[in-house]
Amino acid sequence: MQPKLSITLNGESTTLPSDKLQDLLDSLNLQNKRYAVEINREIIPKSKHSSYQLSDNDRIEIVEAVGGG
Amino acid sequence: MDNILKIGTHSFQSRLMVGTGKYKDFEETKSAISVSGAEVVTVALRRTNMGQNKDEPNLLDFIDPKTWTILPNTAGCFNAEDAVRTCQLSRELLDGKAFVKLEVLGEKKNLFPHMSQTIEAARILIDDGFEVLVYCSDDPIFCQELDDMGCAAVMPLASPIGSGLGIINPYNIEIILENSSKPIIVDAGVGTASDAAIAMELGCDGILMNTAIAHAKNPVLMAEAMKEAVLSGRKAFLAGRMPKRETASPSSPTTNLIE
Repeated sequence: MQPKLSITLNGESTTLPSDKLQDLLDSLNLQNKRYAVEINREIIPKSKHSSYQLSDNDRIEIVEAVGGG
Repeated sequence: MDNILKIGTHSFQSRLMVGTGKYKDFEETKSAISVSGAEVVTVALRRTNMGQNKDEPNLLDFIDPKTWTILPNTAGCFNAEDAVRTCQLSRELLDGKAFVKLEVLGEKKNLFPHMSQTIEAARILIDDGFEVLVYCSDDPIFCQELDDMGCAAVMPLASPIGSGLGIINPYNIEIILENSSKPIIVDAGVGTASDAAIAMELGCDGILMNTAIAHAKNPVLMAEAMKEAVLSGRKAFLAGRMPKRETASPSSPTTNLIE
């Protein structure tokens, strides 16, 4: 399958076969985990993940809680 | 006895708040935190590991946000913009909960707070509806400003983060306490139980610590020691200590001695 999009995911350049954000999230084994998504410095609320369309050159950040003081 | 700690819209029984960093693993984190009795638990926000396997545990699988009040921090942020962004992400991560520990650092060696950036970030976050618990220097004037602008709690350092040096300027902490209208929570620098007790005896409303427990040889036992130290220090503060005197004062009667 031809890559459809070039994006930056957590600082790493990569290509995606689909322009659906939900497809990307599903591919990352994040099911049942708490995370937050930001695209081009804008937070994408959970309620919009399933309908969100990615674009070429999007800068995507996916963050989670880790140990900290 | 006044045992409830009110911070913004929240009320807590425990005056000890703990971090989740530097533990051996999540099991140890959870054991220590459970024993500490803390209700507020800090976490950091970081990029998710890509390509993790499906069953890889996440901190919040162990520290359930239904059981503990999660206080996300902005550790690692060196300017107001990054700190605000981190808080907004944490609010999304925690289903809209807007209870945050603001921490904007000035430099990497001593991790002292960058106060002008801290104040700028606090203003933006308060306007955006956040309840801001703010890590700051132990400067009474800065603490007063953060209190006046509407931070939910003011959290001066005892000494640099992770140093374990205890309260290096108790006189400043006393001045900060005199002027405060919000809870004053000593954050960072506590090394052992006596440091925690001293902070509470001064009249601090609570203590936030991480390394003192996580880097003890036995973190779970130290968590218990800290719980007891905070309780003892609080009780001693409420009881009101005896005045110090420069000369001895006998505890037994000086009359009717057997001769």
